[in-house]
Amino acid sequence: MLSPSIIQEFEQLCGKENVQHSNASKLANSYDATANFQALPDLVVSPRNTEEVSGIVKLCQKHEIPIVPRGSGTNLAAGTTPTKGGVVLLFRHMNQILELDEENLTVTVQPGVITDELHAFVEEKGMFYPPDPSSGKISTLGGNISENSGGLRGLKYGVTKDYVLALEVVLPNGEIIRTGGKLAKDVAGYDLTSLMVGSEGTLGIVTAATLKLVPKPTHNQTLLAVFDSLEKAAETVSAIIAAKIIPATLEFMDQGTIQVVEGYKQIGLPLDAEAILLIEQDGPEEIVASDMATVLTICEKYGAREISKAKNEQEAEDLRRARKDALSCLAQLTPTTMLEDATVPRSEIAPMVREIIRIAEKYDVRIHTFGHAGDGNLHPTAVTDARDKDEMKRVEDAFAEIFETAVNMGGTITGEHGVGEMKSSYLEWKVGPSGLAVMQAIKQAIDPNNIMNPGKMFAKSTRKRVVVHDG
Amino acid sequence: MAEAQLHVRIQEGFQQEVEEEKLLDCMRCGFCLPACPTYLHSNFDETQSPRGRIALMKAVRDGMLPFDDSIEESLDLCLGCRACEPACPAGVEYGSLLESARNVIQREKKHSVKEKAARYGAFKHLFRNQRTMERATGFIRFYQKSGIQALTRKTGILSLFPSIMKDMEAILPILDKSRIKKGHTYESTKRTTKIAFFTGCMMDTIFSQTNQSTVKLLQQLGCDVWVPENQVCCGALQGHSGELDLARENAIRNIEAFLAQDVDYIVNNAGGCGAFLSEYDHLLKDHPELLEKAKAFSEKTIDISTLIEKLGVTGRSLKLKDGRQAILTYQDSCHLRNVNRVVDEPRAIMQSIDGATYVELPTADQCCGSAGIYNLIHTEMSMRILDSKMDDVKATEAQFLLTSNPGCLLQMKLGIEKAGLSDQMEAMHLVDFLAEYVDVE
Repeated sequence: MLSPSIIQEFEQLCGKENVQHSNASKLANSYDATANFQALPDLVVSPRNTEEVSGIVKLCQKHEIPIVPRGSGTNLAAGTTPTKGGVVLLFRHMNQILELDEENLTVTVQPGVITDELHAFVEEKGMFYPPDPSSGKISTLGGNISENSGGLRGLKYGVTKDYVLALEVVLPNGEIIRTGGKLAKDVAGYDLTSLMVGSEGTLGIVTAATLKLVPKPTHNQTLLAVFDSLEKAAETVSAIIAAKIIPATLEFMDQGTIQVVEGYKQIGLPLDAEAILLIEQDGPEEIVASDMATVLTICEKYGAREISKAKNEQEAEDLRRARKDALSCLAQLTPTTMLEDATVPRSEIAPMVREIIRIAEKYDVRIHTFGHAGDGNLHPTAVTDARDKDEMKRVEDAFAEIFETAVNMGGTITGEHGVGEMKSSYLEWKVGPSGLAVMQAIKQAIDPNNIMNPGKMFAKSTRKRVVVHDG
Repeated sequence: MAEAQLHVRIQEGFQQEVEEEKLLDCMRCGFCLPACPTYLHSNFDETQSPRGRIALMKAVRDGMLPFDDSIEESLDLCLGCRACEPACPAGVEYGSLLESARNVIQREKKHSVKEKAARYGAFKHLFRNQRTMERATGFIRFYQKSGIQALTRKTGILSLFPSIMKDMEAILPILDKSRIKKGHTYESTKRTTKIAFFTGCMMDTIFSQTNQSTVKLLQQLGCDVWVPENQVCCGALQGHSGELDLARENAIRNIEAFLAQDVDYIVNNAGGCGAFLSEYDHLLKDHPELLEKAKAFSEKTIDISTLIEKLGVTGRSLKLKDGRQAILTYQDSCHLRNVNRVVDEPRAIMQSIDGATYVELPTADQCCGSAGIYNLIHTEMSMRILDSKMDDVKATEAQFLLTSNPGCLLQMKLGIEKAGLSDQMEAMHLVDFLAEYVDVE
């Protein structure tokens, strides 16, 4: 609970109407899209500009109040859940596209701009902003930057960090810094832009960002390949990459996922297939045509039982949308969906899928897998019930083993969702004790009082490994 | 002390009536947010979103928070348009959750004075009893014909009412005395399909002309149209506002009235009523003795645009009368679209009319802010939604703004008046437009 006099200080700074502390406001900002995490903040504040953000940070510093920046609350690792209370910061007033620079191919935005709105805005002008997280129709760019979001086009185009050129950031001491610039090359000192991207709100608050754009591809083609075995689908993925083709999108869904998605979308996905691949290429017409011809041959060779091309943009969009809705569709099955995003080098996709199946059987839990097969970023999703404590324990153990397996294959515990609070006790598995110490030292140097999104990224202790491996 | 008891009673009510399994269907992905008009028009306030409202219901149910004014306001300000349902990949039954929650709150809480007045007039009397509604419209008719209307407009007596009432007064249609006859069957020459016609209460009084057009059109398409005598209001307005018992009474009376004869379809021309009629089986889920009948009733329920499309209206030659050319646009009825998922049929009809150019209204799928009596109770939010809607309407440059529901129609008329577009554009029910401006061969 914050005292009335502290609340008044926030009100004086941002206006009474932008400081909320009713039960409803606190509750509606107590969660994100992560199952099983919820906690009430003390205050919900909606600043109108960078100076107000800076003022809020200084106030929080003065009173040692935690700050949790929140976009639209679509995080999947409890990154925006205010588990230590404090102030939830909203960017509903800071949602303007500030500048489109067609000469430098950049766009400058405030953090509250919705991802898909930026897509539509730049594409209308013949440009393209590739990162496209599945939650893009509601996620904000501030959230995307702080989480270094990926998406369906990561394989060919990379992820958010590959498009952030410059940032305006409010540091935990309230100072405002500007990193980077509209520059293709810039080696002046440490790369603070990269440090901030993906820092999950633990080092500062992004208040403006300049993003790189690329010319919009003139053509694209989408196809759907249907497989009777998971193995064949996974082998096809590896074969496509081995043939030196990098599709814009190379997505995977297993049978359980196909069935729930089809139930919702009704676009004719094959219910009896064990796996499908959604493959898309974009670029100049001839290249798209020749790449997709090769892809088609490979799919046939590796045993696709059926291959169909999207006849028009609407069909292609239906397929993309179907894949983006996969996680939410899985929620139809059971009260709780626990999603992970263990990621492996793309060459390991087939063994990883096999391991996930084995682990699910071992712990007697239901796991459906979909994800960005082309870049090795899988989304094994446990369908369970948070009220069943015994099953939840088994789900946790199964995920621990999945993380460990991924790390042992040269992979990571999270490809694009972030560490948040949910995976903080696994971070050391990936980065090692020395790596973790470096990260903690950075955090300590920039945010010594630990007011910026406390409880995220770093856990009190690292989880014990499940399986002992040599090496 | 009294307050403490209230929140405890509401929590207990939620535990009994707001189903936990349905609340748990929400996995909080937030995909509903961009579909929610109150979220968008409150500048992204999560308390005004479906995900937020579901979380609030759950928090009250679980005892995480006590029910209070802020929570009530959030649930109250929901339009009930259910645009979040088609947007939800997890299949959350939001409408049903909201209805149950409101029913508990309504029962346990005394109403605010303003709302009490509106409810007292509207639910208990007007909509429940067709004859009262008839008397009320009789008064409006007298008021319009007698010259008092012209007088009050001049003297500004109406300025004593809230501004919305004043605006509403200006757009009420001139009432037509002639009405379709209850208990009568309007026969056609071909007699291929037998229809039972649901007249609705607003449609039967304020928009009685539309009902006549509907019957005529159906006869022309080969239907015998029976108008069951003892039918009453569908119960939607009561049901959506937490008066579920009143709604159930109406449902039972309608089921009896309509199942008295064997018909192919039970047709309605009001999207809001149609959706509620089609969910009678859900409404009566705790009445096992009626469930079978309720299902039969709901399955036969169909809206007018779907029916006439089925009957082949788009295969006929439709053209604007007198070689006229016009641009048409269309505002969806939320419940026709989001509950009955009727999207393409009305559009197909408009697109098949020679001489007419159909322009899609970009926000047609978003509520217009009418939402039952929402515009009377939550005028500010309603007008915010309407004003933004009218900007989009204006950009279509349409001469005709068509709808499929009386509430939407009134709101669209109000919007046109407010936006100063009345000399360029007319809002009409799709069926009236067909009757007045289209030759159907």
